[in-house]
Amino acid sequence: MQNTAPQETTETQKAGIIQMIGVHKWYGEFHVLKDINLLVDQGERIVICGPSGSGKSTLIRCINRLEEHQQGQIIVDSVELTSDLKHIEQIRREVGMCFQHFNLFPHLTVLENLTLAPIWVRKVPKAEAEEIGMKYLERVKIPDQAQKFPGQLSGGQQQRVAIARSLCMNPNIMLFDEPTSALDPEMIKEVLDTMIELAETGMTMICVTHEMGFAKTVANRVIFMDEGQIVEENEPNEFFDNPQHERTKLFLSQILAH
Amino acid sequence: MSDQADKAGTTVAKPPPWNDPFVRSIFFQVVAIGLLGYFFYSIFDNTLSNMAKSGVSTGFAFLTREAGFGILMSLIEYDETHTYGRTFFVGLLNTAIVAFCGIILATILGFVIGIARLSNNWLVSKLATVYIEIIRNIPLLLQIIFWSVAVLQALPDPQNSIKYGESFFLNNRGLFLPKPIFEDGFGLVTIAFLVAIAAIVYIKRWARQRQEQSGDQFPVFLTSVALITGLPLLVFLAMGMPISWEYSALERFSFVGGSNIIPEFMALLWALTMYTAAFIAEIVRSGIQAVSHGQTEAARALGLRNGPTLRLVIIPQAMRVIIPPLTSQYLNLTKNSSLATAIGYPDLVSVFMGTTLNQTGQAVEIVAMTMAVYLTFSLGISAIMNWYNKRVALVER
Ligand SMILES: Nc1ncnc2c1ncn2[C@@H]1O[C@H](COP(=O)(O)OP(=O)(O)O)[C@@H](O)[C@H]1O
Ligand SMILES: [Mg+2]
Repeated sequence: MQNTAPQETTETQKAGIIQMIGVHKWYGEFHVLKDINLLVDQGERIVICGPSGSGKSTLIRCINRLEEHQQGQIIVDSVELTSDLKHIEQIRREVGMCFQHFNLFPHLTVLENLTLAPIWVRKVPKAEAEEIGMKYLERVKIPDQAQKFPGQLSGGQQQRVAIARSLCMNPNIMLFDEPTSALDPEMIKEVLDTMIELAETGMTMICVTHEMGFAKTVANRVIFMDEGQIVEENEPNEFFDNPQHERTKLFLSQILAH
Repeated sequence: MSDQADKAGTTVAKPPPWNDPFVRSIFFQVVAIGLLGYFFYSIFDNTLSNMAKSGVSTGFAFLTREAGFGILMSLIEYDETHTYGRTFFVGLLNTAIVAFCGIILATILGFVIGIARLSNNWLVSKLATVYIEIIRNIPLLLQIIFWSVAVLQALPDPQNSIKYGESFFLNNRGLFLPKPIFEDGFGLVTIAFLVAIAAIVYIKRWARQRQEQSGDQFPVFLTSVALITGLPLLVFLAMGMPISWEYSALERFSFVGGSNIIPEFMALLWALTMYTAAFIAEIVRSGIQAVSHGQTEAARALGLRNGPTLRLVIIPQAMRVIIPPLTSQYLNLTKNSSLATAIGYPDLVSVFMGTTLNQTGQAVEIVAMTMAVYLTFSLGISAIMNWYNKRVALVER
């Protein structure tokens, strides 16, 4: 809402809604992120791929500070992420996130899952929050499931609820951490379609995924990570047809083998 | 073939009764109940005829006879001239009070230690672990005796009481406190208290309606605390403090007046609380840990703060796991309170199944009554906890 510092213009905001500058992170002794530099403009759609354990999740979790970095700067929507709780809260309100395992609240109905944050964080009246919730449930095409509990839905439906839940907070940026990798094959498409529709609205998206078709359809840029570093970064066609690094080639040959 | 298909089309074919699972289960249940009934009947019959042979009187007439023995602590008026019936109630209340206080204190201590064990602070979590591991691995009876000996023997005699001002005295006869005496006008304070409760119910409703209309949250909890303490206090002061205190005073070798908490009670309550809290702490820890970390992360990612995350997301899910074993801890505590006999705390088992039984010899009636009391307590606790479980825990699926 009013998270833009007054001296910032819309220009700079558009040109680097997410800025990661020389970011390092360690888990104890383990150097998990090494000198990450990443600029994301408003409306850009980034796909991150790379072998398991390369630090993809850690990277995007730093953007809403589910993980903290130890060195370098992360600036989201002109607010720098430090241990300042106020900034963290402000950014989490603006940045939505979807997880591999959905992480819906099992004790709440689908609609209550959607209205919880608007009511308690944005202080929206309940009726209005429910209206917003229903609107987004219609967007993800499951308004008829509003009164069910998450455990009664299929995996694909659950992930769509999770997307709707994030959208109810009206975020500027959406982060996805392998949103389809816990799904049965026949459900992957419905979730990807939802994400493609979201991309068409101009949402800024960072998506960790190995769905190459999705990357080709929506991504402006594909980033390849390995061992905590950004190894290669290119627009999707160039990235897949003409990878530059050996490690990228090896990785692509492995995932395309399936 | 076509014949079978026809049959299946109309109704599912029925097996012969001796192969029908429904008929079978009814049959076995009837047999089981019959055997159980016969078992109890034969025990009962046997005991009665044995007692008749040895000349023990039966029936509940003894309850109206004079008991002729004193009891160390009673919540109702009692001396040796009262009846055995009254002895029963004195014991019952003594058991009830120690169980009630124990459940409340053990719950508080248990939650604190359970959460402490999950603390990020190394020292705090290690201390909690050490507490749990030591306390729950020592037999309760040993702990009760330990605290009794430690409390009783470490305390000074009445002449050398540990005192706080001239109103609180602690010595090996117990803790002596001033006793409140309510004067005219105290009734109004009670009324103010009831009004405060009514107001809280109203405010809760109003706050919810306001949230639904305008989205604003109202600090219901803080307001409630303020109301429930503030309003009675205000009336209390306005009425000119309609309460006076009767102080304990040392007369020769002992204290008279005021109220007294006996050391046996303190030792038993303390031991029961410490012991049960260790188990409750483990229940609370595992309950919170059973809620996956992803839940916290999802709540954080939505911008919820720690307070609402705990209250709206973690606790409701943890409660589902916590309540059933918590209930059985409450039942354990209540039943364990009968170990009071070991240190001479006059609980139900001690005064009724002990002294009364010895004096009257009416074992069947006394054991039955005592068992009925524990059964009633247990069923009562279970009923309350089940009701709470339904209300708070999960409506999932
Ligand atoms: N909380 C943690 N503590 C220690 N190591 C971790 C933690 N989380 C992740 N790691 C390690 O960091 C590396 C990167 O993890 P992650 O970002 O999840 O990789 P990816 O998402 O690319 O598979 C892995 O080797 C993982 O074992
Ligand atoms: Mg990952």
